[in-house]
Amino acid sequence: MSLAKPAMRGLLGKRLRFHLPIAFALSVVAAAAFKYGVTEPRKQAYADFYKQYDATKEFNNMREAGIFESVRPTGK
Amino acid sequence: MVVRVLNLNQMLRLTAGRVGCLLSRRAVVGMTNSGARMSSHSHHEVSDQVDMSQPMYWDRLDTPLPDRAWIDVLDSKDKSLKQKEKGPWTALSKEEKIALYRLKFNHTYPEMKKPSHEWKTVIGGMFIFFGITGLVVFWQGHYVYPPQPHTFGEEWQAKQIQRMLDMRVNPIEGFSAKWDYKNKQWK
Repeated sequence: MSLAKPAMRGLLGKRLRFHLPIAFALSVVAAAAFKYGVTEPRKQAYADFYKQYDATKEFNNMREAGIFESVRPTGK
Repeated sequence: MVVRVLNLNQMLRLTAGRVGCLLSRRAVVGMTNSGARMSSHSHHEVSDQVDMSQPMYWDRLDTPLPDRAWIDVLDSKDKSLKQKEKGPWTALSKEEKIALYRLKFNHTYPEMKKPSHEWKTVIGGMFIFFGITGLVVFWQGHYVYPPQPHTFGEEWQAKQIQRMLDMRVNPIEGFSAKWDYKNKQWK
């Protein structure tokens, strides 16, 4: 029973050569997924909201609802 | 500095002398008699306490070679086998090699790794304590807790939600974004 001599050197190097490209690729994938899954939709949502935003109209709606203390609803 | 790595059996036997209580000693005797063949020690102590100044034997997966062999005190048959071991090993038969292994070691690696039924005790004990805790929590909810604040009521919660919508809380991506202001309903 004669077994082959096991690898005695270069074990860390071998591991790094295998795992580092994978780690790098997965990190890039994670960053891209976050960018295109979260930040871009969020930027778009904000842009869409403010495209049709009328600040005065919203203010008057809020005033009529009675949430302000400095300005009472019209008619009081 | 030399560090003694002890398994549970050794630690229990060590503390048995210190604690000296009947329960631990009975448990210690039970554990030390569990092996099919006891290792023959040259010393017999009154209090069944391990002498930590002597080389110890252990069965551990991560430390394969203990400080001493399993069988210390050899009878004449073992002694002659040990003599034969000093010669060329090709002269040893398979049974002799196995006998030499069993002199040196108590359990083989597969025997050490043999799975036990301990997990059932652990999981069972966990669930028992979960159940007891659940009963305690239920009793507590009934007998200990004061009445809930009035702000938890249905009416108050409805008024709260209406006020949040009036204030346009998080109108872009959050709370008010999900409310349809034209049709006065959730989107």
